[in-house]
Amino acid sequence: MTLEALADLKIEIEKNVPGAVVEIITNPSVSAQHSLLIDNAHGLAVAMFLRDAPELKLDYCSNVTGIDWPAREMSEKTKVKKMVEGPDGPVEKDVDEVRKWTTPAYLEVVYHLYSMTLGTGPVILRLRTGDRGENVQVPSFFSVWRSCDLQEREVYDLYGMIFEGHPDLRRLLMWDEFTDWPMRRDYVDPDDYEYEPTAHDDVLKRAKVHYPAAAPTEGNA
Amino acid sequence: MDQALKHELRSQGVIATTLEELYNWGRRSSIWPLNFGLACCAIEMIATTMARYDLARFGAEVFRPSPRQADLMIVAGTITKKMAPQVVRLYNQMPEPKYVISMGACAISGGPFKQGYNVLKGIDRYIPVDIYIPGCPPRPEALLEGFMALQRKIDEQALTGAGRARHLNADLPSEFVVPKFGEHDLEPTMNPTVWNPPLVQIGVAPKPAPAVPAAAKPAVPPATGGA
Repeated sequence: MTLEALADLKIEIEKNVPGAVVEIITNPSVSAQHSLLIDNAHGLAVAMFLRDAPELKLDYCSNVTGIDWPAREMSEKTKVKKMVEGPDGPVEKDVDEVRKWTTPAYLEVVYHLYSMTLGTGPVILRLRTGDRGENVQVPSFFSVWRSCDLQEREVYDLYGMIFEGHPDLRRLLMWDEFTDWPMRRDYVDPDDYEYEPTAHDDVLKRAKVHYPAAAPTEGNA
Repeated sequence: MDQALKHELRSQGVIATTLEELYNWGRRSSIWPLNFGLACCAIEMIATTMARYDLARFGAEVFRPSPRQADLMIVAGTITKKMAPQVVRLYNQMPEPKYVISMGACAISGGPFKQGYNVLKGIDRYIPVDIYIPGCPPRPEALLEGFMALQRKIDEQALTGAGRARHLNADLPSEFVVPKFGEHDLEPTMNPTVWNPPLVQIGVAPKPAPAVPAAAKPAVPPATGGA
């Protein structure tokens, strides 16, 4: 979908769903798959509108996936003119100023929508959680597209966002007793690196952690 | 018994054998596999039983749907950690004598999913494996070859003595620990009575001891003064 078409769609949504906050997220890569960020409070109403509006008829949700955005340390260097104490009194000088900030941490759900009736798509929707800890609620689109059922369960299983309104939000791939979220960036997988015949890169690092250098391993010498 | 004597008797029209040979011949000629598969290797296993490859030639055509009637477990495919307890439980439910073929890269070591968070790095961490068949997936010919290797193994099993087969030795276990679902991983992560990590750690192995002992080196006078 081109940026112009997406801007039209944004206006269309804001006109028909009062109060909805829609933001266009551009994708600078070659694929240029731009998407719409929807606010959680109006998520369900927007989804209903996209499905039922006669000129859109996005009746098929083909894919639901998640993205983890942990907080990142960012820094930017800028040249600033400043008064500096010189040998002959204050002098104006160019000084490097480093600005540091942390990006907000949140989880994202991404929906890919198509219209089987009109043969259009994909329209890409995003929903964001408040943070990565307690406020991980997003609206479930189960009642809009039934194909979201298993896919939202999978996203819940791997990323840990809570889909409010999903009738059966259980783990799908991992067992019920499992407490981690394996697809989050800070997930540490279990240490079963006892045997790595061709260890390299990250695997080599993990294998070395498993076998501390001090521990003698018989038969290797 | 003496093989030369046996052949001599055979040429005279007398068939002589031992109870051990007869017993092992009977067992290896009717190995009934358990009817279960886990992933794509199972498709090759199914193909092996069909007319083109015909596993029935080896007396293994009856795939039993119940572990109580099966002699052989062909672990064909990826064992996810969610599935591992069930596989071990099925093995425990099989009556002795029982054998395990670990078919394909996943069942041996986790294969292409080895570093995944949800795949068991080889079924031999929990149950004893008799035959490993590498491949991804192995062709039916490879499974037949592995099956024949198992038959040769059964042929060589002793009925008496210290090295007798496991099912004739009451001291050896027939059931193995079924792992439980833990908060982060299966508990335990392996059964050390069955499996211990092979001592091959490329890049992790400590450096071998220097060939020349340290004492043989020319003595260096201790640094004095200076920095």
